Amino acid sequence: MPRRLLRDGHVVLDDWHYLGDGQVGDSAVPAADPNAGGLILSLQRWLGERAAWLNHAGRLGVVLQPADKVEQLASDISRFALIAAEFPGPTDGRGYTQGRLLRERYLFKGELRAAGYVRRDQLFLLARCGFNSFELPEDQLATASSAFSTFTAEYQPSNDAGLARKLQRR
Amino acid sequence: MYRYDVMDKTLVAERVAEFRDQTRRFLAGELSDEEFKHLRLRNGLYIQTHAPMLRVAIPYGLLSSTQLRMLGSIARRYDRGYGHFTTRQNIQYNWPKLETAPDILADLATVEMHAIQTSGNCIRNTTSDHLAGVTPNELEDPRPWCEIIRQWSTFHPEFNYLPRKFKIAVTGSPQDRAASLVHDIGVHIIRGPNGELGFEILAGGGLGRTPIIGSVVREFLPREHLLSYLEAILRVYNLEGRRDNLTKARIKILVKSLGIEEFKRRVEAEWELIRDGALRISEVEVDRIRAFFTPPGYKSLGNSDPTAGKETAFRAWYRYNTADHKVPGYRVVYISLKKPDVAPGDATDAEMELIADLADRYSFGEVRVTHTQNLLLADVEQEQTYELWQTLHAAGLATPNIGTLTDMICCPGLDFCSLANASSIDVAKLINDRFDDYDYLYDLGELDVKMSGCMNACGHHHVGNIGILGVDKGGEAWYQITIGGAAGADASLGSVIGPSVRKADVPETIARLLAVYVEHRQTEERFLDTVRRIGIKPFKERVYATPIAA
Repeated sequence: MPRRLLRDGHVVLDDWHYLGDGQVGDSAVPAADPNAGGLILSLQRWLGERAAWLNHAGRLGVVLQPADKVEQLASDISRFALIAAEFPGPTDGRGYTQGRLLRERYLFKGELRAAGYVRRDQLFLLARCGFNSFELPEDQLATASSAFSTFTAEYQPSNDAGLARKLQRR
Repeated sequence: MYRYDVMDKTLVAERVAEFRDQTRRFLAGELSDEEFKHLRLRNGLYIQTHAPMLRVAIPYGLLSSTQLRMLGSIARRYDRGYGHFTTRQNIQYNWPKLETAPDILADLATVEMHAIQTSGNCIRNTTSDHLAGVTPNELEDPRPWCEIIRQWSTFHPEFNYLPRKFKIAVTGSPQDRAASLVHDIGVHIIRGPNGELGFEILAGGGLGRTPIIGSVVREFLPREHLLSYLEAILRVYNLEGRRDNLTKARIKILVKSLGIEEFKRRVEAEWELIRDGALRISEVEVDRIRAFFTPPGYKSLGNSDPTAGKETAFRAWYRYNTADHKVPGYRVVYISLKKPDVAPGDATDAEMELIADLADRYSFGEVRVTHTQNLLLADVEQEQTYELWQTLHAAGLATPNIGTLTDMICCPGLDFCSLANASSIDVAKLINDRFDDYDYLYDLGELDVKMSGCMNACGHHHVGNIGILGVDKGGEAWYQITIGGAAGADASLGSVIGPSVRKADVPETIARLLAVYVEHRQTEERFLDTVRRIGIKPFKERVYATPIAA
């Protein structure tokens, strides 16, 4: 059974799946299946098999590890319907910067997903960095969206594309 | 001083509600220790040796009398009747109960205070010159800029999970009283090529295991770009700083490993992309913030000498515990929190309340915390200093030792801190007991002693003229001594004089160092100058020449 996650404030079935890394360069690109979900590739796999995947008709996503450089996706941003940032634990904050760069510098308009260690207490800041989809533990899904209204105002401009309503500014 | 508007109040209230809910979930078993840890740290709550420790932010060290009264009241109601002022101008409570932390934060919110981001790997309280706005040769009051940085850094969505903690200090005068050269970022207000005010930006300073003096990243930054430039530095650090090793995670290690030129290049490249974005600060906003820091209603007075005909004790206090004020007829008054038998920086609830009353009576209702762990009343009429001294003297708050050997900076040490190797408070007491002759202290002149209970260097020992570091030797506390450090505009790191010494020998070791100084000093030469002139060898030789008798 597919996992459930929080997307745009709603609990939905995850219609994406992660493609394993395989052997970069020699794995066959699967044919697009309009009924299947989108495929999420690692950045390494995308970079290694880029030419083959560019012709893929289905929805594509890419998942970034904390050390991955967002700039490497720059010219391909519009090719992706989803970009995920992997959070290895509660203290690694590189994904927050990756999110803002994707939204603000590379104008990514698709689904920006927080993956890995994602808990309700991170949601507000993640949403302000532009994330709009969250791979939460199943037991936090029902109540987590209340976290989006933790604060109603903001001191600094950033990207709150993930929040349902605009924060108050001076 | 800055006053909260509806938005500030809303944000702080929402933060209290958030933390109350997090604490409830933790106590109900819904959050693990590890999960709760990162949340409580960002609200100032540590788990220490004996109990939780709560660190409350005092933005750039400025307090109203109302706020200080609340700090006293919290000490009495939730703690054991005292608080500890820190080298970063904050206050720590050593004995609160975890369950009451949300109530303490709610009480603080009623006086426009909080504990947001006072610990954890995020941007901490911005510190500044405790003489801001009153010192004679200041280019500009740095506090409006501190407040602008405070707001920008509070709940910054991108920079709450940095590789390590991050500290910013801002100064506006040539004398650096904020130790800005040993901060992650030092912001100096300076004049640009056309006489306009802007900033020199330094990065990569810090103490801890690897003490480093900060390097200049930008010689001159136009003022409207301050926040975008800070954001560029933080972004480079957030992405590139090491996360594999806690002891190598501060920005100083990144700056050192890249080299300042490469670090600068990356920051400038990032900044070019964001410099003209939404972080650009308008003059309207600067003026709005600056309006909170307009000078109080000074009277038109002339300078006078209030010590004429007064007793020696007052004269000594006036000389050491007061300083020049830019407005004629006024004086800056230090309240020493370094009296014998009390841990440096500690104040009781009653003392805080008394000082709040004195602030109302003598100093426009404001109090400041210095990075040397004293309090000060910034705007006292010279003619009222005698009356003020009488009250302070009666309350035991007039120890005339500001800037002298016994005005030591000292961390809480092993008595309170779970990180410490060695105690520091009792060593401070040993030093106080040994050097209780004020004539000798005054003869030694300006002398800055700093002591830390471990490598984390909360007591800034590297930049003490004499630095004392507690080290663990086979389960016993020993003390390593450095000399020649300085924290000001001419900051330098002290040199270790040799093997560490036993606790009981610390006072005699210092006495030997001082004897060498007294023998070698030239006219008007401070201890620091003598060390710089003659080097550490004569000091080292004297200290280790003969064993110290038990």
